[in-house]
Amino acid sequence: MSALLVFLARNLLHALGFLVISFLGMAGLFLTLSADFIAIAQVLIYAGSISVLMVFAVMLTPLASRNNGSTLYVIPAMLAAGGLASLIGFVAIDTEWDERKGEALAQSDFTTTVAAIGDLLLGRYILAFEVASVLLLFALLGAIVLVQERRRAGEGA
Amino acid sequence: MSGQPMRPATPMLRQIAEHRSLLQRFMDLPKEWKGFDLLLVLGFAAANAAIAYVVVDGRLDGRWYDVRDLGIAVSHLRGWMQDEGFHPAVPYLTTGLLGALGILSVVGGWLLIGSWVERRVLAKFQIRQGPNRTGPFGLLQPIADAVKLMQKEVVIPRVADRLLYYAPPVIIFIPALLGWGPVPWAERMSYLDLNVGVLYTIAISSLGVLGVFLAGWSSNNHYSLLGAMRTVAMMVSYEIPISIALLAVVLMTGSMQLSEIVAWQSNYNAWLIFLLPFGAFMFLFSSTAEINRTPNDIGEAESEIVAGFYTEYSGMKAGLFMGVELGNAILVGAMMSTFYLGGYTLFGLEAWVPGYLILATKIALVYFLFVWLRGTLPRFRLDQLMGYAWKFLMPLGVAQVLLVAVEASIFARWDTAALFPLAAFALLNLGLTVEMVRRWARALGYAPEVAQQQPVMAKAVGGLKAARKIRGA
Repeated sequence: MSALLVFLARNLLHALGFLVISFLGMAGLFLTLSADFIAIAQVLIYAGSISVLMVFAVMLTPLASRNNGSTLYVIPAMLAAGGLASLIGFVAIDTEWDERKGEALAQSDFTTTVAAIGDLLLGRYILAFEVASVLLLFALLGAIVLVQERRRAGEGA
Repeated sequence: MSGQPMRPATPMLRQIAEHRSLLQRFMDLPKEWKGFDLLLVLGFAAANAAIAYVVVDGRLDGRWYDVRDLGIAVSHLRGWMQDEGFHPAVPYLTTGLLGALGILSVVGGWLLIGSWVERRVLAKFQIRQGPNRTGPFGLLQPIADAVKLMQKEVVIPRVADRLLYYAPPVIIFIPALLGWGPVPWAERMSYLDLNVGVLYTIAISSLGVLGVFLAGWSSNNHYSLLGAMRTVAMMVSYEIPISIALLAVVLMTGSMQLSEIVAWQSNYNAWLIFLLPFGAFMFLFSSTAEINRTPNDIGEAESEIVAGFYTEYSGMKAGLFMGVELGNAILVGAMMSTFYLGGYTLFGLEAWVPGYLILATKIALVYFLFVWLRGTLPRFRLDQLMGYAWKFLMPLGVAQVLLVAVEASIFARWDTAALFPLAAFALLNLGLTVEMVRRWARALGYAPEVAQQQPVMAKAVGGLKAARKIRGA
């Protein structure tokens, strides 16, 4: 519902507010799937940080609160969104989910996922983890270099 | 000195001169009253002795009326409901509602007395009386304030964005209530004992930013927008030091569950503030930024931008923002006590005294510290505040995390008595913190030999010593 409102809202900041609500709803979905870590990370990263980032992006956009109803990109955007949705739907239907119902559900115990995620990140997927951290470090350095004040030619360090 | 005692210079000094101790006041009472008072004191002592007897006897352990841990009563209630064969949703809903009621009553009760406490204590710091007209000691002042706020007309700016103008007071209140979830009040008395409790805390604290921003933007007012931008920048920056400080806590205790962090501190009889002094300071300072209190209240600096992001709000809407500030202050107090001050434990006393009373005492002490800071410190400038977070707290915090990681791995491999390594870590960390802070401050250009060290004005006009000097004693 709020995801629908995200693109029906004519005001960019209203859309942003609805986006945050849908992020929170997604966190709730994760929580019902007993994926506590991902649920909290969803709130922390998306609802907490990404939304603030978007707020700043919107503030830098001229005329953010005008009517954004009509753009030239309606048809390509619809096509891209439909393609993405069908791709995700296909994968979701095609995957063999580990389903448990009734008795089996009551018997299986859901432990915390934090320890398992930590083990996997620093064990099996260490390479991906390190690559991601190096990438983030470079992004940080790049941001610092970009906003640094240029020294004048004669002044040089 | 002449024989005549000097007339006290100010009403407050007169009060100090005329103040009589409790014993003196007792001695001045008429005889019948003395006997009555003695009886009261004796009765109080006897009641305490009876309670102590029952507790020591162990007759109370695990009974539903064991008030040392209200969680026991709730779990008994749940067991009874399951035995009676109710629908499984009934005990679930009932216990959930009971916990919610508990949290609401804590926050609501604090809103009722908090503003009075803050104003009275602040008044003492500033050598004046504070609210004292409504009720005994001015105790009814918060109620009068609330009634006044509710009666006031709610003015909505014509150019305000209606939808986003109504939402923020509510949005901002939600994290202030949700944050209480994982706080353990006694051993089995925690509403939402998540095993990712620390992460939950950080996530909840990051939700408030959006409410602040929307409030500032939708009011369509320059002061509001300025305050909101300042507050958002400050909160986003200070979330990182908080996370780093809590990371050190998690590394040391090896758990993200709040009740286990408290259990660790109780088990080794070591509060984490001794082991991680810099982390505790970092957490406290960053929290003051996160909840907009002095010395970091630039978001609503009254002397610069009226009331910051809620300038355009009136009536109970503004009241909600102020209430959130009060509620957040004790929430941070609870977090500070849980993470660094041993939570509901007090070196074994929690077996005798209800844990929630101990925690409440600690919360009150941290809150007193906040009021103290507010009465003492001036306000930081925005660039100073940002520079402090990024240049000072962050590097030192990361260094501390590295240190703690090494210490935690040593501690995990230590099989005999834990006292020795913990004491060594505490001393080492304290020394290293002092040394690192000094060197890093020097490296950033702090030069005490250039700047004036002694506060001349404060020495000349303020303080109790000055008061005595004026009085001529």
